[in-house]
Amino acid sequence: MDLKIPDLCLVVLIGASGSGKSTFARRHFLPTQVLSSDYFRGLVADDENDQSASAAAFETLHFVAGKRLDAGRTTVVDATNVQRSDRAQLIELAREHNVLPVAIVLDLPEEVCLARNASRPDRDFGAHVVRRHRTALRKSLKHLGKEGFKRVHVLHSQSEVDEAVVVPERLLNDLRHETGPFDVIGDVHGCRAELEDLLVKLGYALVRDDEGRPVDAVPPAGRRAAFVGDLVDRGPDTPGVLRLVMGMVEAGHAFAVCGNHEQKLVRALRGRNVQVKHGLAESLAQLAAEPEEFRERAVRFCDGLIAHYVLDGGDLVIAHAGLPEKFHGRASARVRSFALYGDTTGETDEYGLPVRYPWATEYRGKATVLYGHTPTPEVEWINNTMCLDTGVVFGGRLTALRYPEREVVAVDAHEVWYEPVRPLVVPEAEREPDVLALSDVTGRRFVETAHRGRIGVRPEQAASALEVMSRFAIDPHALLYLPPTMAPTATSQRPDVLEHPEDAFVEYRSAGVRQVICEEKHMGSRAVVLVRKDDGGVIHTRTGRAFFDPPSGEELLARVREEVTRAGLWEEFDTDWLLLDAELLPWNAKAAGLIREQYASVGAAATGALGVAVDVLARTASRGVDVGELLARTESRRANATGYRDAYLRYVRPTDGLAGVTIAPFQLLAARGRTFHDRDHLWHLDVLGRLEGDLFTRTRHLVVDTADDEQVAAGIRWWEDLTAAGGEGMVVKPLANLVRGDRGLVQPGVKVRGREYLRIIYGPDYTEPENLERLRKRGLGAKRSLAIREYALGLEALERVARDEPLWRVHECVFAVLALESEPVDPRL
Amino acid sequence: MLLTLTTTHRPATDLSHLLHKHPDRAQSFTTSSGTAHVFYPRADEEECTVALLLEVDPVALVRGPGSTLTQYVNDRPYVAGSLLTVALGSVFRTAMNGRSQSRADVAATPIPLTVRVPVLPHRLVDQLFTPLGWTTHITPLPLGDGDDSRYADVTLTGTLTLSEALKHLYVLLPVLDGDKHYWVSEDEVDKLLRAGEGWLGAHPDRELITTRYLMRRRPLVRSALARLADVEEVEPEELDNALVEPKMSLAVQRREAIVEQLKQVGARSVLDLGCGGGALLRALLEDPGFTRIQGVDVSANALATAARKLNVDKMSDRQRARLTLRQSSLTYADPDLKGYDAAVLMEVVEHLDPDRLPALEHSVFVVARPRTVLVTTPNVEYNALFETLPEGRHRHSDHRFEWTRAEFADWADGVAHRRGYTVTHLPIGPVDPERGAPTQLAVFTLVEHSSVED
Repeated sequence: MDLKIPDLCLVVLIGASGSGKSTFARRHFLPTQVLSSDYFRGLVADDENDQSASAAAFETLHFVAGKRLDAGRTTVVDATNVQRSDRAQLIELAREHNVLPVAIVLDLPEEVCLARNASRPDRDFGAHVVRRHRTALRKSLKHLGKEGFKRVHVLHSQSEVDEAVVVPERLLNDLRHETGPFDVIGDVHGCRAELEDLLVKLGYALVRDDEGRPVDAVPPAGRRAAFVGDLVDRGPDTPGVLRLVMGMVEAGHAFAVCGNHEQKLVRALRGRNVQVKHGLAESLAQLAAEPEEFRERAVRFCDGLIAHYVLDGGDLVIAHAGLPEKFHGRASARVRSFALYGDTTGETDEYGLPVRYPWATEYRGKATVLYGHTPTPEVEWINNTMCLDTGVVFGGRLTALRYPEREVVAVDAHEVWYEPVRPLVVPEAEREPDVLALSDVTGRRFVETAHRGRIGVRPEQAASALEVMSRFAIDPHALLYLPPTMAPTATSQRPDVLEHPEDAFVEYRSAGVRQVICEEKHMGSRAVVLVRKDDGGVIHTRTGRAFFDPPSGEELLARVREEVTRAGLWEEFDTDWLLLDAELLPWNAKAAGLIREQYASVGAAATGALGVAVDVLARTASRGVDVGELLARTESRRANATGYRDAYLRYVRPTDGLAGVTIAPFQLLAARGRTFHDRDHLWHLDVLGRLEGDLFTRTRHLVVDTADDEQVAAGIRWWEDLTAAGGEGMVVKPLANLVRGDRGLVQPGVKVRGREYLRIIYGPDYTEPENLERLRKRGLGAKRSLAIREYALGLEALERVARDEPLWRVHECVFAVLALESEPVDPRL
Repeated sequence: MLLTLTTTHRPATDLSHLLHKHPDRAQSFTTSSGTAHVFYPRADEEECTVALLLEVDPVALVRGPGSTLTQYVNDRPYVAGSLLTVALGSVFRTAMNGRSQSRADVAATPIPLTVRVPVLPHRLVDQLFTPLGWTTHITPLPLGDGDDSRYADVTLTGTLTLSEALKHLYVLLPVLDGDKHYWVSEDEVDKLLRAGEGWLGAHPDRELITTRYLMRRRPLVRSALARLADVEEVEPEELDNALVEPKMSLAVQRREAIVEQLKQVGARSVLDLGCGGGALLRALLEDPGFTRIQGVDVSANALATAARKLNVDKMSDRQRARLTLRQSSLTYADPDLKGYDAAVLMEVVEHLDPDRLPALEHSVFVVARPRTVLVTTPNVEYNALFETLPEGRHRHSDHRFEWTRAEFADWADGVAHRRGYTVTHLPIGPVDPERGAPTQLAVFTLVEHSSVED
């Protein structure tokens, strides 16, 4: 005997003690699917038969069942469930989680139950218990359907139990095996002529009956149409639309989900008392002119419509008013109600229409959701969802979306068929922005990256990033990227330096990278430049703060925009925006406070203190007192202090507002629809080198073959010359840009800083041998790991931007970079 | 760091006897703060100068256990502060206590002294040393960009006993520096009272000295001032003007106005959005009419402070159940803010950049959507009446803007229109006929609609 149960459901076993429920469950379900009351009694009370623990046991069982159902896992409750009140709780549980409750009853004779209990020493209660169970059960049997069970299977004998086979069935809304491609069509509302236009435009061949009325449309090879509901009402030819769509659905050329107007039309045609408004009168009048037979067919069709479909392996959902992810593939009155009417707040607007809660702004699901219901002047993607109702009946357009191509196809209304209560054009200010939710960023999070798999963010990292992002960062809509931190090269073993280019070359050679590029490291502030062709954009820091207040920022951006235009980059990359990675110079343009408070003050104190110390030591020595060693040491420290002072002063140059500020762009991060980390660095420097004028500083560079001793020596000399002339140092990167090695991503760059420059990092005296000795023990592992993770997150953000993904998907990567930056890593690295 | 001390007392070499350090040898001592070197650049009949030079290990300073420094680049190895005074107190302990076996009379006699400290934060030098009989000579050290740094090469001259001089230095150098390299605990009070004996109680700036010496740790400062008063036989209040509460502040008036409004609208569940240290939460908790209170802040530190100040861990279960403290952000939609009668944004909006206000509007008026929203913000027109506030400056450095009454009304009316609220405006604080009140309050009320079917 086949026991059919829905694919996803809550199975409630019902039977007296000893009726063999546990054995049945074991045979037909996974051990983890079965939640038995005995087991939960044991869990909370160390005794499976302790009846005093029942309340706690059931509470726990319901909690676990709820978690399983949330996750979409069929769950079996193994308890006697002979009391109606016990079952009512389980039915409620199923409804709460939008799954169907199913009852399997083991109605076995009393003697079988008693015999089975007798063989179990822990079930020494009397026969009266079994008798009581069976009485309660028999009383319940014929009401189970009414109680709310979608399916009720009753097994009367051991042989029936033995022969039973549990057969899972697809839910009616489950069309995951239908993989398309589809043409999803918005609200038609009786506009038959426009529907014909649209189908023809989509390449469908209309089939007409003897009277020339379309009764079917044959799709181009392999395609299928899908209607998001509201075929009827308001428009001029509801019967015509139904005739065409019914024909398509019956011929297997289309799917259709139910709209709220179909639902109401059915009720009206069945003679229920409904308010005849919102265009229902037109439908009723038009249908009245049709033969009774057609009306019956229409009612059957509309009544049989499913409220939502899950298609293409779960990647596409269509529902009339949209559907949040937790309802996909679920079945309950609540799911149906949402699919038909959406999430209304219970309030009404100034036109008396219900205020609809913008569920799509909160949508974070994987599946694309296509829907209608709310007329909008223009279709737009909101978090991977799109409303296709463009108000054809109100004189707008009838719109279809080709899936998976995501191509919009629309036809204009022939006329305004019905006057809208509320103007179709929504004022700009009332449109909801892409709203970010707190749950997009807080708590323990994982971001899937294409280049380094899952990257975790701990709750406390997210907490500190939340504060920085909320209080100081620019609007997330413009914050598309944060640059990764960069690790220094492996610590040099040479006696007098901490960092040396040789180690960088060796590192890349052993990672299999032959060609590297050495780029001059500008001593400024890292800057990301988003410049838009028409207007706007932003220049922000590596923590997402704007560099300049609006007037200066606008002025700087205008100059960048002008050069980009002159260099012809908009056309070359077919884009209206560019994202650049750059260094903003000079250092004091943004760090003036830091330099004064930190660096210059220390310089003043050090040179002051050590100057006097050398002086008094020299006077002491001249008295013949032996202070030789201390004097020499102090003199050396005085020289260090002077070197330190020179080092930071070198990077400070006068600026006044924007005068003196320059930008050194070194990488083109993204443009509309594309990223550029597959282009080598010479390409980047070449493209960006076409930006000319005082505003831009060039990045000097040298390509080195890491396996060629002569080129390596030349690279070392280049660094020595650069740093001897006061340069900060250089960055060594794989020439090819993004490179994968045997162990995943190769470091995208390592910095090799100059000996003098490092005084302002490690303190004036770091070059003293005993200090260098200790500093060499610095650990680079954490920094390097961080650099790679942030790099992968940055790439992921750029790729998501290029794919035009929802804001929250981009923001979760950007936020994760900021969160990782709160990791306690030695700030001097 | 370095300090020299010179006397022209005759014979000047008595100084070496008082200090118990031989004038013709350089000596080194290991102290807890580094290696202290004592040597004499001059030692003859007319003049004797002793130098105390402390060498600290700059790497260990940053990396050592218990280190509080995060930067290798710091002024600690150069500035005369607590590192130096710890060495001073240990190397010259006997002299500081005024004891001397061989020169007891000299130890007890004021002698001409010159102290030179080449690097010292100089802002308070005059103020603190002059009342003690010192003449100060201050030469600021240049930053290198044309301005002076906060440090100076300081010379003090005066006629005092050596013990007094050393005690002054011992207490005042860290006070000038405003920092200590170790954790300040209860025994620091004893150290201060010992070294301050005979001069601190009469010093016109004793509260300032006590407060800074004890790193502004309130309980310690109170205890020190009370004991100082006991020794000097004065009322502690007289010594401690700083601890007297000012008259009812604007902050208190704001809180009272908000609680009053909340009661008027009959709110029982209240969101305090941007609760900070919890001052409003305390006021709400004191009124049992508020049954459910949620304090929200974007700063986890602020929430920890609020929990501490409200003694959350000592609250009764009943009180505890009324209060929720949560980190959240008003620029992200947070569904946990739904279902409250009222939301308060007290002095919050001005901490957001103007282009983030639409996100705040969405979080508060669309997602949380309480019946009542109270928003307070400074009235910038009133700023001219604050005597201490320079013209054109905001009241707080983190304020991104301060609105006129018209600007605030403009924003509030726009929000109310877009989100289905009505709004009324109220003043908080003394009302100036021209410039209005210092704080402006907007009361938003949700317009209730009846629900209809589509």
